[in-house]
Amino acid sequence: MQVLYFAWVRQKVGVAAEEVSPPPEVSDVAGLVRWLSGRSPGHAAAFENPRAVRAAVNQEFAAPDHPVAANDEVAFFPPVTGG
Amino acid sequence: MTAPTVRVQEAPFDLSAESAALTAGRKDVGAVASFVGLCRADDGLSALVLEHYPGMTERAIAAIAAEACARWPLTGCTVVHRVGRLRPGDPIVLVLTASPHRAAALESCAFLIDWLKTGAPFWKREEFGGGRGERWVEAKAEDDAAAARWATARTAGGSGAA
Repeated sequence: MQVLYFAWVRQKVGVAAEEVSPPPEVSDVAGLVRWLSGRSPGHAAAFENPRAVRAAVNQEFAAPDHPVAANDEVAFFPPVTGG
Repeated sequence: MTAPTVRVQEAPFDLSAESAALTAGRKDVGAVASFVGLCRADDGLSALVLEHYPGMTERAIAAIAAEACARWPLTGCTVVHRVGRLRPGDPIVLVLTASPHRAAALESCAFLIDWLKTGAPFWKREEFGGGRGERWVEAKAEDDAAAARWATARTAGGSGAA
């Protein structure tokens, strides 16, 4: 699973992208957030307030209960501020 | 209807050239509406750094443009959004809509920029001079409200899909 981070989420995690292999019980976005939070203090800081972080699965916005699978591209980022 | 033009780029854009491209060779366009967003020097800001999600950002803008084309009778539309380091006064985003009539062009242009602000993955980081550091711009409730008003708004001459 390819995980991407953007904006301050990337700064806190410390990398822009990483390849991860979560255990089978990680089945949705919320579960992936909990699992990623245990990987490093940076991850924990980025996901300290999960409600402040948005997600996309395979480049589509995704809610916390959206399923995730091994070959997915999952991205985490703050609420968008373009325009 | 010509397919929407969507670009994310570091380079500046040329409003006149983009507008001319929307109407070239056509005799059915009665109105072109434009919106240009610029970088303001709020609170002594020295630069704005824009980040995006290559691939998803273009897809998200294309989906928003397709929604505009479904709601209003457009002959074409263009969205160009810049990324990278921008200075106060620099243009950031261009939205152009073309239609036989003005109401559709004006309304769809406003719709596009409202939805773009809340539905396309861009993030702004503000840099300040004099060692005052930097901060990420936070999403604004009024932007959500501006986008939400289109959820139920009646559209001029459109299909009234929503």
